[in-house]
Amino acid sequence: MRGRSPALTLTLEGLQALLAELRRQGYSLLGPSLVQGDFGHREIRGVADLPRGVGMEQEAGTFRLVFREDAELFGYPVGQPSWKPVFFPPSRLVWQAVRSAGGWEISLPREDLPPVALLGVRPCDLAAMEVLDRVFLRGPYVERSYQARREAAFIVAVNCTRPGGTCFCASLGTGPRAREGFDLALTEMVTGEGHWFLVETGSDAGRALLETVPHRQATAAEVEAASRALAAAAGRMGRHLEMVGLKEHLYENYEHRHWAEVAGRCLTCGNCAMVCPTCFCHHLEDSLNLRGDRASRRRVQDVCFTVAHSYIHGGSVRPTPWSRYRQWLTHKLATWQEQFGCLGCVGCGRCITWCPVGIDLTAEVAALRRGETPPAKRE
Amino acid sequence: MPRKKPKLAVWKFTSCDGCQLSLLYLDDELVELAECVEIAYFPEASRRRLPGPYDISLVEGSVSLPEHLEEVQRVRRLSRVLIAFGTCATSGGIQALRNFTDVGDYARLVYERPELIPVLAESTPISQHVPVDLELQGCPPHRGQVVAAVAACLHGAPPPRTPASVCLECKRAGHICVLVSRGLPCLGPVTQAGCGALCPGCHRPCYGCFGPKETPKTSSLARWFRERLGAKEAELVRAFRLFYANAPAFRLESEAHEEPPRPG
Ligand code: SF4
Ligand code: SF4
Ligand code: SF4
Ligand code: SF4
Repeated sequence: MRGRSPALTLTLEGLQALLAELRRQGYSLLGPSLVQGDFGHREIRGVADLPRGVGMEQEAGTFRLVFREDAELFGYPVGQPSWKPVFFPPSRLVWQAVRSAGGWEISLPREDLPPVALLGVRPCDLAAMEVLDRVFLRGPYVERSYQARREAAFIVAVNCTRPGGTCFCASLGTGPRAREGFDLALTEMVTGEGHWFLVETGSDAGRALLETVPHRQATAAEVEAASRALAAAAGRMGRHLEMVGLKEHLYENYEHRHWAEVAGRCLTCGNCAMVCPTCFCHHLEDSLNLRGDRASRRRVQDVCFTVAHSYIHGGSVRPTPWSRYRQWLTHKLATWQEQFGCLGCVGCGRCITWCPVGIDLTAEVAALRRGETPPAKRE
Repeated sequence: MPRKKPKLAVWKFTSCDGCQLSLLYLDDELVELAECVEIAYFPEASRRRLPGPYDISLVEGSVSLPEHLEEVQRVRRLSRVLIAFGTCATSGGIQALRNFTDVGDYARLVYERPELIPVLAESTPISQHVPVDLELQGCPPHRGQVVAAVAACLHGAPPPRTPASVCLECKRAGHICVLVSRGLPCLGPVTQAGCGALCPGCHRPCYGCFGPKETPKTSSLARWFRERLGAKEAELVRAFRLFYANAPAFRLESEAHEEPPRPG
């Protein structure tokens, strides 16, 4: 069974041993790191490389790191980068070709990267991986390069005890506690008893790894303390999104005047879709050298905010900024459901924080919910 | 196949020569270029000048002197494909700052005998005078863009064109947004991609040296700079009045912040 085992407790030393074991097994370990004031995911060696006491202040269009005195290693929600680039690189060589006397010879790139172990995957980002799996793995065509990296990955999730000002995973049921899709899930606790982690195992690989490091059964009090911290976190979400009846409302209000209002602010810069952990759009870029004997094709991450994104035989379907913002929002929250059977949003709040002019999906939805819909209820 | 090599000419109008230099910096690809085309005219590289017509003309610089008016027509007549490259050729360049004032004021300030300096009142892009087949924005454009454009001409491929914001390149490169995380007034969201987000990659805000992107909502970005980052009106004028001062979107935005407002 893939289900949960009883919770266990890990000390800080136990976590360090666990990370060392992952590296010993050949994983490339990616985790949170701070370089020149930029928070991101990078290759780390162990606990010593993790930023300590770091927090994040997030509002629409604003992000600031804060430095606290405490020892927490995961005392913040999500920064700008999601884990999407690990499995879906922003620019990837698809094939290259060389012309010789016999014609074109096409070759595929070799992608024998080491398997990755991801440390600190937040519940919303875990949910986003599940969404991307539906896109790339569960349709009629399987994206092989995504599949290879994704299936080899080992995932250490970390539940959120300090949600951010733009988080709304609780509205969508994707957080602040991870439910599935991890090998191990940690809840970090700094209490009178010290610095410890409540660990849940989500896979056989997770259980096997834990066996190699010192750990013990969690006490009822420890389980209770972690649950309380996560319940409190669910009540401290900076944003809320009401989903009831939203899809129908969006379909009935394609001409809502608020779309034009947003277009008065939207830069069509595409940052929201770039940072979104579930947006999967891309285009293919062909290049040819001057001699005309070497060609290559790259798959490059793209967004629906460019005119070219919807260009078909002689014109763009979405030439106006408001139609592009509408496409983005309705895809995330409505048409995605018809396409993939789930939402295209996991409530991570990145599109709100990282929009250069603070356009806020939850606020825009609230505004779109006010008024319009007639004529005649539109069935 | 001893086919005659296509002739390439590189022309200079009013400019700093940086775009021509960026051709010289092509290194290995310069050798390849010389193999694939007859470099018939390239003043930055050689005094040689073969007669036209030319298959491909790369035009650097803006129209800013009286004699340019005739010269640009001649270049057009001699060229099968005319590619305007760089900020000067595509918008008028930094010398288009004169378009916002009386150029005579500058001339009198700088030169002892300003009457010996015959210049047009405005510095303008090539496309304002003759039809242009392709514009490559940037100060200078990225070398890859130039090579791709020439390769497309040589082999009949459609020219590369990817209208998009610098932000897309910035995010692909994995840079952390300096506007959102450091409060720096970055023009990336309204600026055409092509540089690879060089400045944000060095923790500097983009200053728009590739010019406006498609549908650039400059008014919204300016409002955010003023209301959230505390930018003064004069700073907003300067932000948009730099390398692409004369491009319509940036020109209108800078004029909107002039105090007192421009008459008319
Ligand atoms: S739409 Fe916004 S909040 Fe939702 S998953 Fe994407 S970035 Fe996160
Ligand atoms: S919202 Fe836009 S960028 Fe994102 S997946 Fe949909 S169409 Fe693509
Ligand atoms: S909503 Fe914000 S981030 Fe998205 S395209 Fe518009 S301005 Fe850019
Ligand atoms: S740093 Fe500038 S170019 Fe990069 S995403 Fe932010 S606003 Fe855009």
